Amino acid sequence: MTRLLQRLFGRLPIGWLQLTHKRGRFAAALAGVAFANVLVFVQLGLMNSMGAATLKPYEFFQADIMISAGDANALSEGGNVARQWMLQALADPDVADGMGLFVSNVLWDRGGTSISFTSFGIDPAHAGFVAPGLTDDQDLLQVPGAVILDRLARGLPPEEAAAIRPQTPLRFEAQGRTLTAMATFAGGGGFGGDGFMLMSDQTFLSLFPARTSAAPDHILLRLRPGSDVAATVTRLRGLISDQSLRIRSFADAAQEDLRYQQTQRPTGVIFGFGVLIGVLVGIVIVYQVLSADVADHLREYATFKAMGYGSRFFLGIVLEEALVLGLFGFVPGVLIGTGILMLMGAVTTLPLTMTPGMAVTVFLGTVVFSALSGAIATRRLAAADPADLF
Amino acid sequence: MSDDPAVDVRGLNHWFGTGDARKQAMFDIDLRLPRGSFTVLMGPSGSGKTTLLTLIGCLRSVQEGSARLLNQELHGAGAEELSHLRQRLGFIFQAHNLHESLTAQQNVVMGVQVSGGIPDDVAQQAAAHALGLVGLSDRINYLPANLSGGQKQRVAVARALVGNPALVLADEPTAALDKDSAADVVDLLKRMGAARGTTTLLVTHDNRILDRADRILTLEDGRIVSVSGQC
Ligand SMILES: Nc1ncnc2c1ncn2[C@@H]1O[C@H](COP(=O)(O)OP(=O)(O)OP(=O)(O)O)[C@@H](O)[C@H]1O
Ligand SMILES: [Mg+2]
Repeated sequence: MTRLLQRLFGRLPIGWLQLTHKRGRFAAALAGVAFANVLVFVQLGLMNSMGAATLKPYEFFQADIMISAGDANALSEGGNVARQWMLQALADPDVADGMGLFVSNVLWDRGGTSISFTSFGIDPAHAGFVAPGLTDDQDLLQVPGAVILDRLARGLPPEEAAAIRPQTPLRFEAQGRTLTAMATFAGGGGFGGDGFMLMSDQTFLSLFPARTSAAPDHILLRLRPGSDVAATVTRLRGLISDQSLRIRSFADAAQEDLRYQQTQRPTGVIFGFGVLIGVLVGIVIVYQVLSADVADHLREYATFKAMGYGSRFFLGIVLEEALVLGLFGFVPGVLIGTGILMLMGAVTTLPLTMTPGMAVTVFLGTVVFSALSGAIATRRLAAADPADLF
Repeated sequence: MSDDPAVDVRGLNHWFGTGDARKQAMFDIDLRLPRGSFTVLMGPSGSGKTTLLTLIGCLRSVQEGSARLLNQELHGAGAEELSHLRQRLGFIFQAHNLHESLTAQQNVVMGVQVSGGIPDDVAQQAAAHALGLVGLSDRINYLPANLSGGQKQRVAVARALVGNPALVLADEPTAALDKDSAADVVDLLKRMGAARGTTTLLVTHDNRILDRADRILTLEDGRIVSVSGQC
């Protein structure tokens, strides 16, 4: 290792030698860096899982534009939209198709426990709005009371979900009605519910008698191939006289929902804070490690200074230390972090995973903050007056 | 050119502190160290020996008067210039000041590489050679913690001399050593200085060393009070 680093730097790897000289202390420093990494990984994992869970239901649909009520910050929030605006929108030459989307939570009471499904009522006749690959069985929804169930829903035993087929449907009671699960799709638990459910708008309305087909929660629009989404959105804003409505591209709606969850909802804000705290604690740890190391070697540095070594040399040493600590602390950090996220994911069924993006971000962050800490710590060297050595 | 003294100090005054605490530590120092000379600097504690050494060694800024080191004026020189000039000096401190994480050889390599642009294997060889000259060829891979006081100070001598410095400044290098080790280290400095034409200025309280000096300077209360030996 020493030889390798010597080649790499073209000088003695003093930072490396210095760090590894006291093995116990080196181990403690690495443990500190690894701990900081794990902390940030867990917080980032939680925050990302909330993001993934927020964006998940948008993946079930294939649409270009979404029209929602002014207060509809998320799919299952806010008032509804009069269906007449869909007919207006369809008058635009670029709008190919429209569909009302109903959203509500449906509780499946399983005697003792209950599973909360975020349920979508769609028009089975407009099959194009269901994302390809989600399910091949949407035609089955035309049967009254038929639903397609999220087989990854939290609290739903996997073997029970696996047995659901059109030939062997699963009947269950919800909202005082009997529903028939004809097929399943892969959704996954989020923060708003345990899982998802698809049904026809007619089945939805039978579950919620207070709702009417004239006012779905959202209106989804699909454009003709090659149409300009942004331009169409602008046109629709002029065409639709109800100025309180939110007319957005479907992708924008998903991103705005994400931002809303992260900045306006308590869970999102708490997770954001968690990441911030994790990063701050991490910075404090690497700063402690590096400044303690500089303080420990002040005398040696003063000697090097007296010998004619300049500030660039000392900066090189602490940067080298930052790199060594970042790298060797990252390896256990990412392993333990992955393990903890997997464990938490298994328990909560939240989409908690270590992504390459997270790993790279945390690694670079560690090295950058270690380097900055080291650079700040070397400013103390200015106080290491070599004249005091004699 | 090379007849110019390695060190030429004229009318040097130095103060410590500011305001009411301001106190003069060096008074009108005149001093010339011919190239290749071996000079011992003596004087009671607090007389200013270390102060003079650090001024000549570019570790303190010259405040008043002139100090020329290797034909370069130190008065008014910038930090970069001074740092660069220090690379041509060899320092030996009272405490050995070796880096505890580095082996004897690696410590000496630091003395080579300060000049920059020296290939690693050349530096390693030079370090091993220098350690051989101070009689430590069988200890080159030892960490300082595993060396005796005399051995550590010999490593420090090797580190100071390995870069062929024009001037070696040593401040009580033998203070922490027993009698035999002290004599060893001074003989070493003298012998290697003579072989390489190095100018040496050595501070000591140790009377046993005096007979090895070409010249003896005595400081008292910041003034040079006596010069003995040829000039
Ligand atoms: N950094 C400093 N700040 C203020 N005064 C100082 C400083 N360094 C030295 N002095 C003062 O300058 C005078 C000379 O000190 P110096 O250390 O040069 O003496 P010395 O001859 O090396 O003594 P010793 O034999 O004890 O090492 C002393 O009066 C000392 O108190
Ligand atoms: Mg002194």
